Amino acid sequence: METALDISDLSVKYGNADALLGINLKIEKGDFVGLVGPNGSGKTTLIKAVLGLLPARQGTIKLFGTDLKDFKDWNEIGYVPQKAANIDPNFPASVEEVVQMGCLSGKKFPKKITEQDKKNVENALKLVRMESLSGKMIGELSGGQQQRVLIAKALVSEPKLLFLDEPTTGIDAKSRKEFYGILETLKKQGITIILVSHDTGRIDKHITKIASLNGRLEFYGTHKEFCSNANKHERAGYDHRLCLHRS
Amino acid sequence: MLEILSYTFMQRAFVTGIFVAIACALLGTFLVLRRYALIGDGLAHISFGGVAFGLLVGITPFFGALVFAIFGALGIIKLKEGLTGRGDSAIGIISHASLGLGILIVSAARGFNVEMLSYLFGSILAIKSSEVAISIALAGAVISAIIVFYNDLFHMTFSEESARVSGTDVGKLNSLLMILTAVTVVVSMKVVGLLLASALIILPASSALQFKTSFRKTLLLASAISAGSVIVGLTVAYYYDLAPSGTIVIANALLFTCLLLARRAGILNKG
Repeated sequence: METALDISDLSVKYGNADALLGINLKIEKGDFVGLVGPNGSGKTTLIKAVLGLLPARQGTIKLFGTDLKDFKDWNEIGYVPQKAANIDPNFPASVEEVVQMGCLSGKKFPKKITEQDKKNVENALKLVRMESLSGKMIGELSGGQQQRVLIAKALVSEPKLLFLDEPTTGIDAKSRKEFYGILETLKKQGITIILVSHDTGRIDKHITKIASLNGRLEFYGTHKEFCSNANKHERAGYDHRLCLHRS
Repeated sequence: MLEILSYTFMQRAFVTGIFVAIACALLGTFLVLRRYALIGDGLAHISFGGVAFGLLVGITPFFGALVFAIFGALGIIKLKEGLTGRGDSAIGIISHASLGLGILIVSAARGFNVEMLSYLFGSILAIKSSEVAISIALAGAVISAIIVFYNDLFHMTFSEESARVSGTDVGKLNSLLMILTAVTVVVSMKVVGLLLASALIILPASSALQFKTSFRKTLLLASAISAGSVIVGLTVAYYYDLAPSGTIVIANALLFTCLLLARRAGILNKG
């Protein structure tokens, strides 16, 4: 299997404190990884470091075999940030304009939106079933609808690796169910997905691997392996529901 | 109405005012949405130091202001990094230092208070043909830069983090935005004066945002509102013998108030 993300001996400081220490993690192409851990365990910090949004104190990060410092193919990466639904309700942008921003990934100066980009925007909106609302203002949508628009924005450049940081926070049950349906479709398309979630009672139905963090990487493996040591993980503060939904 | 356009000084005022107003409105839309609305005020204070320095050493105050504003803008970015992201403090520190320097120069030099007033309050009706050319060229450069970098500026305004992940060099883009703002504040100096320069950045953008429409339409509306306010302001100033800087800004403020009330009353169309 080819490696989508290769992290070696990664340490990241947040202020004066070590947020992450000695992380070693290899994620293969096509994996759907649930990144779990208690609050403050470094899940978001890890994703931000991988995306170059936070500097690493030490260690290396490789995306599709290329060192992060030299990585240029940002169109291969999709990112839906934490609290993505907290969009300024007065921000003057239509759904179409927001998704079009995703087409800029990896483009060189001068960045222009092409006819092909417009078709890709239509397709991405269809995938998240938001095509009928393309002319609506982003601030007028519900939290769940905004989330789907941001997923379309992340998908429009046809990424091979998708990061989702607590994407279901603050959205209702129906939207959440639809959201996981979209992720299933993406999984079938072979997109590598890394999903940070506290929604542990639900993600276990979809993920192929679990990475549990608590400053350090405490576990990385299959769901079955994780659950065979469920008591140990539960003692370490993880949600037992992660092992209830499948045998 | 045609009489007003028969005078060369009014033609210059209209042409310069409209160009500068459009540059301010375009830039202002990005700045207001990024919560940087008061950067215009800060850069105007910095420019005051540059004007005073120019008058003291005998160079054109316009260029003194331009140099001070550009270096001040870059200094604010650097100081903001040193203050771990506290941009408001960085603006306050640099702008007040430059303002203090300007006041020192003015008080020590004694004698150019009258000329200083024209920079503080604007003197669009006394604008020279060379100043018209420079103002139009600079405003045109700002408008062109915004058009060329539109997609990146829009993305950064929506989400700086998301723009970074798409491979955009947000640091360089922020510096560009600050330099464009510095240039715009200085070219606004002749139109409405340093004291009111930031009004042309904040008010048209804030008015356009009341329409709650797409980003492109918001930019076009802000430009139209800004240019319209200059036309109305200059016309009122001409016929009622009032200060054009005041009438331009008041026209903008009244329009903003009307649009705000109209939106709250549900009169403005959404989408």
